[in-house]
Amino acid sequence: MSYKIAICSGKGGTGKTTVAVNLFSTIQTKWTKNVQLVDCDVEEPNDLLFFKDAKIINRSIVNQSVPVIDESQCTFCRKCEEYCEFNAISIIPSVKYASVDPNMCHSCGACLHACKFGAIQEHQHPIGELTNYSRGNQTDILEGSLKIGSPMQTKIIKDLKANASEESDILIYDAPPGTSCPVVETVSAADFVILVTEPTPFGLYDLRLTVNLMKEMQKDFGIVVNKAGLGDREVYAYLKEEEIELLAEIPFNREYAGQYAQGKLLSDIPPLIEQEYMKLAIYLKNRMNHD
Amino acid sequence: MIEITILSGKGGTGKTGITAAFASLANNTVFADIDVDAPDLHLILEPEIKEENQFLGARIAKIDTQICTNCGFCIKECRFDAIHYRTEGGLEVNPFECEGCRLCERICPFKAISSEHSTNNHWFVSDTRFGTMLHAKMGPGEENSGKLVTTVRKNAKEKAREQNADFLLNDGPPGVGCSAIASLTGVDKVILVTEPSKSGFHDAVRLIELVQKFEIPLYAVINKCDINSEITKQMEYFFITQGIQLLGKIPFNEDMVNAIVNRKSIIEYKPDSEIAEKIKEMWNKVTEPIKELK
Ligand code: SF4
Ligand code: SF4
Repeated sequence: MSYKIAICSGKGGTGKTTVAVNLFSTIQTKWTKNVQLVDCDVEEPNDLLFFKDAKIINRSIVNQSVPVIDESQCTFCRKCEEYCEFNAISIIPSVKYASVDPNMCHSCGACLHACKFGAIQEHQHPIGELTNYSRGNQTDILEGSLKIGSPMQTKIIKDLKANASEESDILIYDAPPGTSCPVVETVSAADFVILVTEPTPFGLYDLRLTVNLMKEMQKDFGIVVNKAGLGDREVYAYLKEEEIELLAEIPFNREYAGQYAQGKLLSDIPPLIEQEYMKLAIYLKNRMNHD
Repeated sequence: MIEITILSGKGGTGKTGITAAFASLANNTVFADIDVDAPDLHLILEPEIKEENQFLGARIAKIDTQICTNCGFCIKECRFDAIHYRTEGGLEVNPFECEGCRLCERICPFKAISSEHSTNNHWFVSDTRFGTMLHAKMGPGEENSGKLVTTVRKNAKEKAREQNADFLLNDGPPGVGCSAIASLTGVDKVILVTEPSKSGFHDAVRLIELVQKFEIPLYAVINKCDINSEITKQMEYFFITQGIQLLGKIPFNEDMVNAIVNRKSIIEYKPDSEIAEKIKEMWNKVTEPIKELK
């Protein structure tokens, strides 16, 4: 079993991806080669932008089962429409019209139980893809990517997690932003969660929402403050008051922000920043041995 | 009334800071924070809540252990693996895994399962120093943020009509998923606030694809344009090829962050600064052609 670390942030753009990518690289170069980075931000996967040397070693399509109604069998009774909680089915008896919208369907299968006339069958409908990348000889980066407009984030994340190797010492999940379902799906299997925030009122507000979610899910977590030095000190007061552990503080560095923009996160890392990632990796190592 | 949604694709491009700046420039406008997952606009607009409404979220199944015979039929049928045997015996639903499809409720041979809407979500109508604002609060781990977005927008539109407002300005969610789609169907204009980073660009392209599917006129703002001037150039070129009007470019300045720390828009915080001037120009570019039409 691998030790699973999820990296989350309530607010987008706090530097979740930066932390995930740097932590992955620190662990890989200084601790164990047997680590995989799993990009679960399936609406906007970005981790790969920082690894120019990664090669695709496998790509597969993820399908969702979507019901298709056979109009020659259908009696237009509308039972399936009534059963569908996601408004994916439209039946118009007067013109003998029956159709399912794959962009609304959650593949729950309720309509199959509704139809007494055998008019519904499931077909496979593509909703995205999973890609395995490697920078040596084994997969070390995995990415899921959702087709624009599909509501099936959690399905892709589930398949993506199943695709990661349990033989790895460590798996790093880069979670989607926010606090809704896809985040819950990503975090559910994690042994430890790192919440990335920035020291601004926006960052703090969204951090509180995420902390509440972690408590509700009974997850162990700690905080990384990114862009330290910008904004104000309120986040530190909050952490103290709530007795939440501050794992690392990544100073804001304008030049490094420019490097990030260019996709060059992993070369010429300022020593002060590198040191914080080392600190984080050591913390995780101790934690893992202890857990 | 013209409805405008501000989107960014990637989070953290400074969308909300710019929305707040527009808010302090706009007259006769209703505002809606439809980034319901991580709403931040209220931190600057400081709304005084006038009306609170409950939004019925997704359903969550519940098993009545008195009736349940532990037959396990529902476990087999649930596609989300949300039903589990408890260690102390009996079955239970994991509310985080349940999608609320009601399949189990409908097929349970003993009718032991019922479901209830989650009541963790609320939306509000508030007063702010710039005008009426609608916003929402979602419970942790909730689903259906798309539906909540639609509800807030629908009510914001009604308010805007009632007040005979010129504009409805929506601060939209990140991403290109259901809530992003719910935030742009049927709007008159979209303003994309992006930043010149590889990931910012990458996400902007995905968002543009989505907006173009809906054939909505699109404007762009490049925020923090001097973080990487090379990518800024590439973006400008890309916008030209896509027929997207660039409203302007804003250089990185700590004042944007400091304004937020002081709970002010940049227009209020540094009214005569270069950035404030630039944002004024942008807002005029969006609104002037519309005013001329009237
Ligand atoms: S599978 Fe579920 S969501 Fe899809 S159409 Fe049938 S009832 Fe609706
Ligand atoms: S339940 Fe079956 S017969 Fe009735 S409308 Fe749906 S597909 Fe047609």
